[in-house]
Amino acid sequence: MSPEYSGELRKKIDEVVGLYPKKEAAILPVLRLVQNEVGFISPEEEKFIARILGIKPLRVREVVSFYTMISPRPLGKYHIQVCSNLSCHLLGGDKLIDYLKAKLGLGIGETTPDQKFTLSTVECLGACETAPCMMVNFDYYGHLDKDKIDQILDRLL
Amino acid sequence: MEEKILTQAFDLKNIFEIGVYIEQGGYKAVEKALLSMTPAEVMGEVKKANLRGRGGAGFPAGVKWSFVPQKPDQPRYLCVNADEGEPGTFKDRYIMSHNPHLLLEGSIIASYAVGIHLAFIYIRGEYEAVAQRLEGAITEAHKKGFLGKNILGTGFDLDIVVHRGAGAYICGEETGLLESIEGKRAYPRLKPPFPASIGLFQSPTVINNVETLANVPFIILNGAEWFVKKGLPQDGGTRIFGVSGMVRKPGIYELPLGTSLKTIIFEYAGGMMDGKELKAVIPGGMSAPVLKADEIDLPMDFDSLAGANSMLGSAAIIVIDGKTPIFEVLKVVTKFYSHESCGQCTPCRLGTSWINKIVKRIAQGEGEKGDIDTIVRLASNIKGKTLCPLGDAAALPILSICQKFKEELEGYLPR
Repeated sequence: MSPEYSGELRKKIDEVVGLYPKKEAAILPVLRLVQNEVGFISPEEEKFIARILGIKPLRVREVVSFYTMISPRPLGKYHIQVCSNLSCHLLGGDKLIDYLKAKLGLGIGETTPDQKFTLSTVECLGACETAPCMMVNFDYYGHLDKDKIDQILDRLL
Repeated sequence: MEEKILTQAFDLKNIFEIGVYIEQGGYKAVEKALLSMTPAEVMGEVKKANLRGRGGAGFPAGVKWSFVPQKPDQPRYLCVNADEGEPGTFKDRYIMSHNPHLLLEGSIIASYAVGIHLAFIYIRGEYEAVAQRLEGAITEAHKKGFLGKNILGTGFDLDIVVHRGAGAYICGEETGLLESIEGKRAYPRLKPPFPASIGLFQSPTVINNVETLANVPFIILNGAEWFVKKGLPQDGGTRIFGVSGMVRKPGIYELPLGTSLKTIIFEYAGGMMDGKELKAVIPGGMSAPVLKADEIDLPMDFDSLAGANSMLGSAAIIVIDGKTPIFEVLKVVTKFYSHESCGQCTPCRLGTSWINKIVKRIAQGEGEKGDIDTIVRLASNIKGKTLCPLGDAAALPILSICQKFKEELEGYLPR
């Protein structure tokens, strides 16, 4: 399948490339823009980005495979990322991860069959004063307990 | 006593808007620096203030700036380190989301002092909302003539670009950060050459933490002597301590450098949660070696922490209670470093992963006699044998946990 990209995406890519003294330095921001539109970075997207930046697709792959926020696979509509680092762990974060696994019927890194939820654990989100915390897409939620997780998920279901 | 300098405006409504910021005296430091001081005078004042880097290493910012060669034909860059990946750390998020113009002001003054015309703010990708706030602030500053061409009619030009990371702890290491902005895997570089001479795009580059730069406007407005008096002679100003874990009032507390760790935990952060007793403290982000409960009567400054064989690091204090088995802490620490080792240096890549495997095996009840000694041996073989500080950052906390809590950990192994 040859990907179709919106004119708006191409415009945004041109703008962001113009901010950097060297074209290929824009690789991370361009990956982010493409992922925001397509949802993930497949080999097709890698080729598209390589063409735009005048580099080999392998250079794009190197970057995709290094950074955890660039996903080579489709993710659910809501990507739930629960912190598994120390401040959250001390306050029961591990039990909340188990609770989410059971509630969604998912293992870590899995997506529901309806493509609605993906469950991941992540390292410190930088919101330790609100531990235990998690992100749903780019929204932060803190001071979590089972009730609060139920409320958050109920709004998304 | 709380000494609010950086955080004083945090409670003011809409201080993130440039109109409100200017009403409160914002951008006065930029005006003073650009209109009445030479770049050398600005650099001299920051040097005299003994402003040490707030990211973790504690290197004096003014001295760092002075290492940049002033060759007119070469571009120079500023990279603001807003990656904030050190577990336990959240202070820079507060500065950028509450008072983004303060960071811009510090960045403008630093760029003027060093002769920089393009700056990047490297912000971790998870902080998307904060990145958008910074971009909004940059647009406002352009409109008011504090950024762009011919700032305040002085002929000085500066643009600032917000560059989002994409989830990799190693990007907080300064040369990993440079590689990442250049569009590569964030593999740290061998030093020397230091970034001040060969940095971003092979050009001289200054890399400063968010909190470091946020101090600069106050130094310019009030002078170096004032700043030194707010902290210690060799370590000027305040620190924003971030406290998390088993305390009543987790959060940020801006205090003079040298405030006792015990006071921070038991007075400012409200002491231990109900019914909990103190077991251990990580005083400067996860990379800092752990302190036992009886070791916390300690002034929080770079040199005192180093003297206690730990480090002030990012001043992120994680408080661990008596009911938490130390093995749980070890488990999280080893998982983190084995996940975040960039893989470039063999001792770190393999060492962290082997340690993590041993710890996971112990967690499954399959510990073997001598496992803790093996972990200590592996960690010792990472220490000092890697290109970047991540190797030490992994080894030191693991060693401190294994050495200070050996007896408790041995309890997980067959006798």
